[in-house]
Amino acid sequence: MPRASPVWRRYLAWGGGTSSYQEIEETDCILLWGSNARETHPIFFHHLLAGLKRGAKLYAIDPRRTATAQWAEVWAGLDVGTDIALSNTMAREIIASGLANREFIDHATTGFEAYRDLVEPWTLERGAAETGVPAAVIREMAHTFATARRAIICWTLGITEHHTAVDNVMSLINLALLTGHVGRWGSGLNPLRGQNNVQGGGDMGALPDRLPGFQHVENDAVRAKFDAFYGVTVPPKKGWHLSDMFNAMDRGELRALYVIGENPVQSEADQHRATRLLEGLELLVVQDIFLTETARRADVVFPAAAGAFESAGTFTNSERRVQRVRKTLDPPGEAREDLAIICDLARRLGHDWTPDAEVIWNEVRQLSPVHAGMSYARLDQHSGLQWPCYDDQHPGELFLHGRLWERPVRGPRAPFSLVKHELPLDQLNAEFPLRLTTGRRLAEYNTGVQTGSYASPTRRGAVVAPVHVDQGLRPGLTFMTFHFPDDVATNMLTSDATDPLVSTAEFKATAVRIERA
Amino acid sequence: MSHDEISFHLPPPATAIPAPPPQPAPTMVPLTIDGRAIEVAAGSTLIDACKTLDITIPTLCYLETLTPVNACRVCVVEVEGARVLAPACSRQVEAGMVVQSRSARVDLSRKVVLELLGSSVDLSTAPGLSEMMAEYGARPERFQEVIGSASAVSSVAKPIKIDNDLYVRDYGKCVLCYKCVEACGTDAQHTFAIAVAGRGFNAHISTELDVPLPDSACVYCGNCIAVCPTGALMATPEFELRKAGEWRPETQAVTDTICPYCDVGCTLTVHVQDQQIVKVTSPFDNDVTRGNLCVKGRFGFEYVNK
Amino acid sequence: MQDAISWIRHGALNYICTRLSVPPAEAWGVVTFYHLLATGPRPAAVVHVCDDIACRLNGADQLCRDLESRLGHAVHRSPYLGQCDQGSAALVTKAGPDADRFVLAPTSADDVAGALSVRTVPTVPKVPRVGASASGARIVRRMTVVDATSLASYRQHGGYAALAKAIAIGPAAVIAEVSAARLLGRGGAAFPTGRKWEAVAREPAQPHFVVCNADESEPGTFKDRVLMEQDPFAVIEAMTICGIATGSACGFIYIRGEYPESEAAIGEAITQARAAGLLGPRVAGSHHAFEIEIRRGGGAYICGEETALFSSIEGKRGEPRSKPPYSAQHGLFGQPTVVNNVETLVNVLDILTEGGAQWAKTGTAGSTGTRMFCLSGHVARPGLYEIECGQTLRHAIELAGGVPGGRALQAVLLGGAAGTFVGPDALEMPLSFEGARAANATLGSGVIMVFDETADLMDTLARIAQFFRDESCGQCVPCRVGTVRQEELLRRRDPGSGTGDPGTVLLNELGQAMRDASICGLGQTAASAIESAFANISSLKGARP
Repeated sequence: MPRASPVWRRYLAWGGGTSSYQEIEETDCILLWGSNARETHPIFFHHLLAGLKRGAKLYAIDPRRTATAQWAEVWAGLDVGTDIALSNTMAREIIASGLANREFIDHATTGFEAYRDLVEPWTLERGAAETGVPAAVIREMAHTFATARRAIICWTLGITEHHTAVDNVMSLINLALLTGHVGRWGSGLNPLRGQNNVQGGGDMGALPDRLPGFQHVENDAVRAKFDAFYGVTVPPKKGWHLSDMFNAMDRGELRALYVIGENPVQSEADQHRATRLLEGLELLVVQDIFLTETARRADVVFPAAAGAFESAGTFTNSERRVQRVRKTLDPPGEAREDLAIICDLARRLGHDWTPDAEVIWNEVRQLSPVHAGMSYARLDQHSGLQWPCYDDQHPGELFLHGRLWERPVRGPRAPFSLVKHELPLDQLNAEFPLRLTTGRRLAEYNTGVQTGSYASPTRRGAVVAPVHVDQGLRPGLTFMTFHFPDDVATNMLTSDATDPLVSTAEFKATAVRIERA
Repeated sequence: MSHDEISFHLPPPATAIPAPPPQPAPTMVPLTIDGRAIEVAAGSTLIDACKTLDITIPTLCYLETLTPVNACRVCVVEVEGARVLAPACSRQVEAGMVVQSRSARVDLSRKVVLELLGSSVDLSTAPGLSEMMAEYGARPERFQEVIGSASAVSSVAKPIKIDNDLYVRDYGKCVLCYKCVEACGTDAQHTFAIAVAGRGFNAHISTELDVPLPDSACVYCGNCIAVCPTGALMATPEFELRKAGEWRPETQAVTDTICPYCDVGCTLTVHVQDQQIVKVTSPFDNDVTRGNLCVKGRFGFEYVNK
Repeated sequence: MQDAISWIRHGALNYICTRLSVPPAEAWGVVTFYHLLATGPRPAAVVHVCDDIACRLNGADQLCRDLESRLGHAVHRSPYLGQCDQGSAALVTKAGPDADRFVLAPTSADDVAGALSVRTVPTVPKVPRVGASASGARIVRRMTVVDATSLASYRQHGGYAALAKAIAIGPAAVIAEVSAARLLGRGGAAFPTGRKWEAVAREPAQPHFVVCNADESEPGTFKDRVLMEQDPFAVIEAMTICGIATGSACGFIYIRGEYPESEAAIGEAITQARAAGLLGPRVAGSHHAFEIEIRRGGGAYICGEETALFSSIEGKRGEPRSKPPYSAQHGLFGQPTVVNNVETLVNVLDILTEGGAQWAKTGTAGSTGTRMFCLSGHVARPGLYEIECGQTLRHAIELAGGVPGGRALQAVLLGGAAGTFVGPDALEMPLSFEGARAANATLGSGVIMVFDETADLMDTLARIAQFFRDESCGQCVPCRVGTVRQEELLRRRDPGSGTGDPGTVLLNELGQAMRDASICGLGQTAASAIESAFANISSLKGARP
């Protein structure tokens, strides 16, 4: 399953979108990069439409002319996997035109000179040749973005489901730093998370190197706090990413796996390999609301309650708003809330934990400074609060990184990153001449719950699926959803090349050919 | 990973809590409503001004989240010196206005408007309408009593449209408040699947060329259902339960939770009857949704119903 | 498309929507709003026969029945066609390679059947009956002598002198003259024209627009049609002056779809004026730019309401908007806009050439100048008569030859369907705004429709009620449902017995609510003619429902 990769926290320190939905209504320029938000984030798009009505300009950067692109000033239809080439070209144009925000750069950033040298060769002509986006369009986007009073960059999985996921994100951060479009009202950088509570999972430390509240597990002071609170010793080393785990399975180092609410047999890129590795485990435990293809291969299955309707707790959304989730239904049959299952498991292992969401939340508040002020009572009162929220009086922060504009800068400066353009690993050639990209449609969602048949082979496998001609796709580009894995196992085709830092797989760039089935 | 990385220590909090740029203080406009002098911000409507005085104005086509169309005319009030009554929902305050929220003229117009609707539209599932009728002494049956035969009193009754699995359109219950058109159009969804077609008494809500919903631009967000004041638009579970005589709102547990699909974080108000989710709405005063949802949030709950 | 195949084919509508990026549902809403547009297949040649009040007095109902039996579904009964002086009228539209639109008036079943069967019919120029009282002949003086198709002829008869003066004295002085003339709008609302122009001229927002309201749809009115057909250059010249005075470079003239001859005359005049440099980037060699575009109505009375007219020009359904905001600030396309009736504008020419103060000496203190009155119904010589404001109603009816056949006068409808009925006791009423007001009547758009003792007034009232029901846009409840109930109450089988009767109470309350709570003038006046008939006409007093 695609995972958003809040890696960019490494460079701006927080793993969350910097702006609020309200700000997108009051900004002047929006770069929507690799995101078909009209279909994938419909209610966020309402806020964006309000911004357009106020006069904001929208640029849709996407290989496909999506429903989102119809609302854009200009659709920049770039070739799959050329995002860095495009952003570096925009940066070069901004610098060459004297539109860089030198005051902000000098005041709040580091590494500008090296960055300038890196992007220097990326002239409009070279960028246009590499990306397929006309030079005039790149120039217009660069100029509008740089000269806008307020500007926001948003992205989704079109940026992150590449083997260069981290570099892609960093290249966008570079654009914001270059123009000072971060840390101010109406200016910021916002990943739109593909799945509910991706943000919350990160907040709570469901990352290999983090404890709750983005506190680094290898930071001794942080760990000491947790050790003291729980009376145990937190392991001092960061853990494995998902792809690290599969590699560890391959090496025989990882022999038992507890999977909660994921379906890697169908959602991982390169399904053949994933299935083989999972089947080779000594112990596979799956906790899910459905008997998924992964669960079918498990030694033990815990039937779980549905997160939103049958459990209590909190979710965090794409504007960092922590929101209360309330139980509305009793789970069916023997299904139980995740919390109850985990606490029972803990009890068997000798720990008497209270299976109560509010009690656990209050533990979080004691250990994570950015969540400290969010009592359930306040979350109810304010319809959720945005972190950081340091104490009971704190209203939560609408946007992050205002510190970069303070004089002097509070905390460390923000570094430019030197990111280079690399093409997708699954390269096109005479045998596989077409690019396949994947995505979600409005009325469907992931692998949960349809015109002549053609076979579509790749280097990893082949599927048979109906084909139709889409005016929204540029020549050489094909598109499939991954919603119906039982009918068409799209992920049989996709590449499991991953980003070295965060292990998001390159779902968005597969080389294919199409033949009559 | 080296320990001097920026991410290794959390950054210090900003000195000042981030806030939107300050807005200039609004110009205040003095006016008198029901003999009480007040000042409200310029650009406010009469209904806003009435709210500050706790004066309730009846409405049908008005909703805070939509642009007023002032079509139903039950919100009319009397503005001194004006030839005709003014719609409180859209008329902006002016300095020195003297307004009567209730007067013989106001009450007569409200009564007649309710009688016109009651005699032409099926208002049986319109919440609050019978109370409103009682308050203004509206007797829609007057028309039939005078005109004689029921058949000589025109109504908008027409066959119920059931052309998809998610919601039902019963335009015999439509008061033509335009809210669904606005919610589908520029006030929220921007899908433009429906518009008012026809004219006069034959004016009606229609898809392009009157095609069935599945052939139209509809994306089934159901934001039209959310704003419908009469139940002319109704999600299928509610429609089926009502048909079976099993719709029991008084027994329903209503709970707010968060949508389980994408990470926008829409608040879902879940209506549960007999351990079944029967309806999903969202609060209009919620900053994330403003009462709007997408097809997944509004209808994607069948997987938890038994 | 309608001209090509006589109806709006669905696939073609979708194609248009795609090309113009218009949502198809909205386009469908627009197409189904206008009565002259058809949404289903129909014959290439279609006739719309007027069966409105004046024509009914001349047996329109029988004519319609004859045609319906002979021609079937190519015949449409139509609200009034603006030919009340002619006695009967039919609008013929033909689609296809011989696309054509023309009006037959007066007409007969044979004429219409003939016109539909032949490939093209030479349009016989209708000769309007135009007259004036001794002191009245201003606007009409050129009508009978000028060649309406010739700019040169217009100039020979004093045309374009006013524009030259306007350019010479400048916008502010033009507005001052119009204000000094105390000219009031002739479309019905009687708003001071000078104030309207000044308000638009003062608005800082740009651009400004001039709109000439030639959607003459008030039953019984035909003055604007005659003006446009007989003296089209005067309309163009006056619009140009208005544009210069109010700082507008763009004008629209919205001509009702039932007036193909007016549209042709104005179109020709615009072409000639443009060729002569009297329209364009440098009007008459000055630094003022002005252009005029024609917009054709689609068959909707409501579009005569100025905000509905804006909606219609903008390509939307002709639904009126709430006022305020007013047109001078927020009119066409949300911009400052001056809207004037055809007759109002044409008055400006004399005001400029004579000087406002001099011009204001005609008429009364409260109603300066002359007015064009449309006399129809039971008069010997129906037609258009120009009368100095302040002359009596009796004088106007006498100019038209009085009630023919020695029959007695029963009632007069002043101002059209949205106007007032008065009885014979009102004949001494001065035809001025203040005179009408004192008599609780309105002059509206200048309709004087005469009913003799033989007229079935209940039938007329029911037809008026039906007219409002048909023409309501449907936006607000009081008008959408109220006009239907009003007709139902008037057509019920068992009329009540007068004061205190539940039916009378209901009709009165309905009338009050429509007047008080409707969005626009249509609903607000939908009950006035009917209420005034019961109040003022002795023959109806017993029959009051």
